[in-house]
Amino acid sequence: MLAVDTPQYLPENIFFGIIAFIMVVSALRVVTTRNVVHAALWLILVLAGVAGNFILLGNEFVAVTQVLVYIGAIVVLFLFGVMLTRAPIGADAHLDNDQRPLALVVALPLLALMGYVLWDAWKDTKITEAGPPIVASTSVLSDSIFKTYLIPFEAASVLLLAALIGAIVLARRD
Amino acid sequence: MLANQFLLLGAVLFCIGVYGVLARRNGVAVLMSIELILNSVNINFLAFNAMWARNGSPAHISGAVFALFVITVAAAEVGVGLALVLMLYRTRKSIDVDKIDALKG
Repeated sequence: MLAVDTPQYLPENIFFGIIAFIMVVSALRVVTTRNVVHAALWLILVLAGVAGNFILLGNEFVAVTQVLVYIGAIVVLFLFGVMLTRAPIGADAHLDNDQRPLALVVALPLLALMGYVLWDAWKDTKITEAGPPIVASTSVLSDSIFKTYLIPFEAASVLLLAALIGAIVLARRD
Repeated sequence: MLANQFLLLGAVLFCIGVYGVLARRNGVAVLMSIELILNSVNINFLAFNAMWARNGSPAHISGAVFALFVITVAAAEVGVGLALVLMLYRTRKSIDVDKIDALKG
């Protein structure tokens, strides 16, 4: 599949292969490991791989946001959640329920279907034809957020405020 | 770079996340699987954005903007989700999502 690609992008494709392999292995560990703390740590690898993919796709601002918000905040929040709910730090045999075969029956055909549809739809469409690699500039991104998407941006702010207040109300002791 | 290599990676991550949501019983682990799903969507957004930017309209960057919105919503979702799990733990001394079936008919 990658053999049809432009040779100019060979380094990118090699790095993509390495990152994708690490991501898939880590993601599998996130959903199969018996230790919920280890799952959070494997999740860091997946999120870092996603940030690497964003850089490969030429969008460094979203990659930095991914590292700041996901690895910096959300994983820490997960670790606090694990700590506060007193999940056993060691291995826990009851992390999975008895629906594992059923979950496989759902996930694998879904993967087959999505893989077939994607392959059928895009075949070897290239993101980057000849020419310089795409680099989306952050100024274009900020112009777009604060002009075209100003109202959704404000809605997202209100959503964050509502989530903040909701989390405080839910987690309060009385 | 091919569009499909990113899209297929997103599909694989999505399906792993779906498996995790269905097979996990710990509430925090279910939320982690949801993060996998949201990240696979973000990869798709950025891949299509790069494809669109390359094919003639570099000023359009909607895919990246929507990826940022997804990250925002994911942060809000984890905040509220973990508060819910915490409250669940406090009232029921367990975060087993299989045991929360008070609304089951």
